Amino acid sequence: MSTTTSPQTWRDWLLTDTPASRAQAAWGGRYRLWRDFTANKLAMAGLAVIVAMALAALLAPLLAPYDPGVQDLTNRLARPSAAHWLGTDELGRDLYARILFGGRVTLGMVVAVVALVAPLGLAIGCIAGYYGGIADRLLMRVTDVFLAFPRLILALAFVAAIKPGITSAIFAIVLTAWPPYARLARAETLSLRGTDFIAAVRLTGAGSARIVLRHIIPLCLGSLVVRVTLDMSSIILTAASLGFLGMGAQPPSPEWGAMIATARRFILDQWWVPTIPGVAIFLISLAFNLLGDGLRDVLDPKQR
Amino acid sequence: MKRLKALAATTASVPITLFGLVLVTFLIGRVMPIDPVLAIVGDRAPADVVAAARLELGLDRPLYVQFWIYLGKLAVGDLGRSVMTSHTVWEDIKRFFPATMELATVAIIFAAGIGIPLGVLAAVKQGSRVDHVIRVVCLAGHSLPIFVLALLSLLVFYATLHWAPGPGRQDILFDDQVPSITNFLTVDALLARDWEVLRDAVAHLIQPAAVLAYFAMAFIARMTRAFMLDALAGEYVITARAKGLSAARVIWKHAFGNIAVRLITIMALTYAGLLEGAVVTETVFSWPGLGQYLTISLLNADMNAVLGATLVVGITYLAFNLLADMLYKLLDPRVS
Repeated sequence: MSTTTSPQTWRDWLLTDTPASRAQAAWGGRYRLWRDFTANKLAMAGLAVIVAMALAALLAPLLAPYDPGVQDLTNRLARPSAAHWLGTDELGRDLYARILFGGRVTLGMVVAVVALVAPLGLAIGCIAGYYGGIADRLLMRVTDVFLAFPRLILALAFVAAIKPGITSAIFAIVLTAWPPYARLARAETLSLRGTDFIAAVRLTGAGSARIVLRHIIPLCLGSLVVRVTLDMSSIILTAASLGFLGMGAQPPSPEWGAMIATARRFILDQWWVPTIPGVAIFLISLAFNLLGDGLRDVLDPKQR
Repeated sequence: MKRLKALAATTASVPITLFGLVLVTFLIGRVMPIDPVLAIVGDRAPADVVAAARLELGLDRPLYVQFWIYLGKLAVGDLGRSVMTSHTVWEDIKRFFPATMELATVAIIFAAGIGIPLGVLAAVKQGSRVDHVIRVVCLAGHSLPIFVLALLSLLVFYATLHWAPGPGRQDILFDDQVPSITNFLTVDALLARDWEVLRDAVAHLIQPAAVLAYFAMAFIARMTRAFMLDALAGEYVITARAKGLSAARVIWKHAFGNIAVRLITIMALTYAGLLEGAVVTETVFSWPGLGQYLTISLLNADMNAVLGATLVVGITYLAFNLLADMLYKLLDPRVS
């Protein structure tokens, strides 16, 4: 095994055609994926925007020049200036600070949704696909029912039934977002279930739980990651739409969709007030779409 | 015969999905923390009035009995009464739904008319600058919130350029000037031969339909490009080229002819998806359709109206998905 740390030999070690260990082969494979991925400029731009916006959201208390909730009624709907980089809203609150803090709400919602939806869809899909039979039919029927509603409409009805707010919005989006993941995981599981290596694992005495957890789920993760990344923009747009329709984050929360809803009456005169949060939503969602496209090219084996 | 069997298999799952749809809607209505009784009689009503109302609504019965009653009412089109409009929900839906369909229909015509040629162009010129521009235009369509585009469109085309009339379905001058027969305003105006109303209705329709169409167009163009790339790589296309057929003939007759069926199914799916976009678009453009009805009912916690509208949208969505599936199986000779 190579012990030097100079970049040239590391590269050689990673790219060798005759890896000496499983670890070397695995890292070599990852390095090749990374190299393919970084060659896609649009995807890298998307990644850069996401990292920048995530950092800006995390560091919002340090970066924001004002408190996002502090009102200054003498300085309402101000144009962008040196004092207020993006202007102020109808209560004289600094828009730049509100955009930064709004990023926390949006990204927080997205992270929560993904953290709930990916394991849920994976579990349902793998169980349906691996066990088949009645479990499969039952779970897929339920999936079909939830797929039969347009996403936003079901989320709206659900939120209205509980109580408008960020938490209900997260659960509503989870409720509407899991079926495609379950379908994907089921399809992957079905194609893996009959393979020789699973049969070999079974012959060595592994139980169902071990096969699913250790051998099937890891192989589903690649396509799941692509799906999640491509789905991010749709989750962001649904969250923003819920906010815009008054069913998601509630004012005075600086959530971008809710900001546009309160500022929409100024569109004709102070057009930048509702437009700026719109640009923020557009940028982050475009960035996720670009990143997802790039990841699909690299990770989806069917495309290669 | 095989084809009919495949069709039967597709339709067989529909009743079960439909039942699930109704069940989900019913359950959403029952998880409400707001007491439906108090919403009707008010929170200062004496105890016996509350009890009587509870009895009348059947809320003292077990859940499955309540569901059975709900199904029975649904079978005769009884979705309850809207607190907000004081009409029955079914009447409201009959009035508002055509406006949404009108919007979605014009939008899908725009979307297909622009999206399909763009997709074909992108595929034919794969990797060129044209392809990249089309890709970015489509990605923007997937990334832009529809309400932002709608607001900006109002700012530019209504307030600044004065090209488009303001929000709404028609000018207040023409209110109720033509009899509502189909509730599709353009069709009603045609039937009444009232050209002024027709022109006004079309003028009001173009802007919201174009905004709605952009998102559908992005999807259609993307799918067309992918299908077309697939088709252009086929051996029959190479053969056709080798025979010396003109490029246009190869592209439109050979390659496009092969993907047309798949595009029809994509359009049926997109049409269903437009119902969702319509909710937001209608809110911004004050378009008196089902979407606006839904959002206004939501804000007023008018649950009968919300659930009725949700159910109708769900059923329409299901119907379009089924249609897409059936068209594919009927029209594509490769499906057996």
